[in-house]
Amino acid sequence: MNEHNISLGRAQESVLATNKVLKNTYMLLSMTLIFSGVMALVGMSTGLGQGASLVSSLVAIGLLWFVLPRTANSSAGIPVLFAITGLLGLGLAPMLNFYMAINPSVVSTALGGTGVIFLGLSGYALTTRKDFSFMGGFLMVGLMVVLVAALANIFLQMPVMQLVISGAIVMIMSGLILYQTSAIIHGGETNYIMAAASLFLSLLNMFQALLHLLGAFGGDD
Amino acid sequence: MNWMAIGSAVLIIGMMVFIFPSMRHAVKNAPKGSMDDWMGFIIPLAVIVGFIILLINMV
Repeated sequence: MNEHNISLGRAQESVLATNKVLKNTYMLLSMTLIFSGVMALVGMSTGLGQGASLVSSLVAIGLLWFVLPRTANSSAGIPVLFAITGLLGLGLAPMLNFYMAINPSVVSTALGGTGVIFLGLSGYALTTRKDFSFMGGFLMVGLMVVLVAALANIFLQMPVMQLVISGAIVMIMSGLILYQTSAIIHGGETNYIMAAASLFLSLLNMFQALLHLLGAFGGDD
Repeated sequence: MNWMAIGSAVLIIGMMVFIFPSMRHAVKNAPKGSMDDWMGFIIPLAVIVGFIILLINMV
């Protein structure tokens, strides 16, 4: 009886810990998304150039690779994550200005579409509570194939290949959202800063890929 | 080849180098999914494809 109570208590503790990680992840994710959006607006209004955008993204990736893993277990990880998301938001500015000049509805549709896909997938993973850890290898190999294709297309400059890459990115990022949410639910990810960073990157990549797809196929131009 | 293309290529190569160990680890250690597990992934993905087609028609 006593052992039963102890194991029940441990199970409750585990559920509470998971819920806390989930709550903190979504809170941090929403704050970083707002901050990133504000930084993108700043970049758009100041007419940030492509060179500055690339430098901003490179600095953000550098922080993501070398600083965030070292600070994610302390409170210092939060300002680092805000710096990363802010710089990535700033880096989006030239692309957003480009699409706003062509067709502003592309940007709002891509933004809304990304939001709907994220909410739908998160809701699906949270309600079914399925374990998507089996997709890890598949998603990583898919990501590597997409990177190889993107690298090749820098030199080949094929518009059709760019669209195929964008389509594949939307699919892989959808899989990653399921995988990451499932990892939080099942205790595979216990650090809310790292969880928020990976979900933010999935959302950002999905938004950019949707922009490409809607910009290419959408509209009458 | 302009410097923007070179910068993008460097960024992508960096990502590949960074992702490679995680990929190797995931391929070796990820549990195998059953047919049912994969269907639980493929069905929402098909819904997303339909949703994107809808978005393209809306723009």
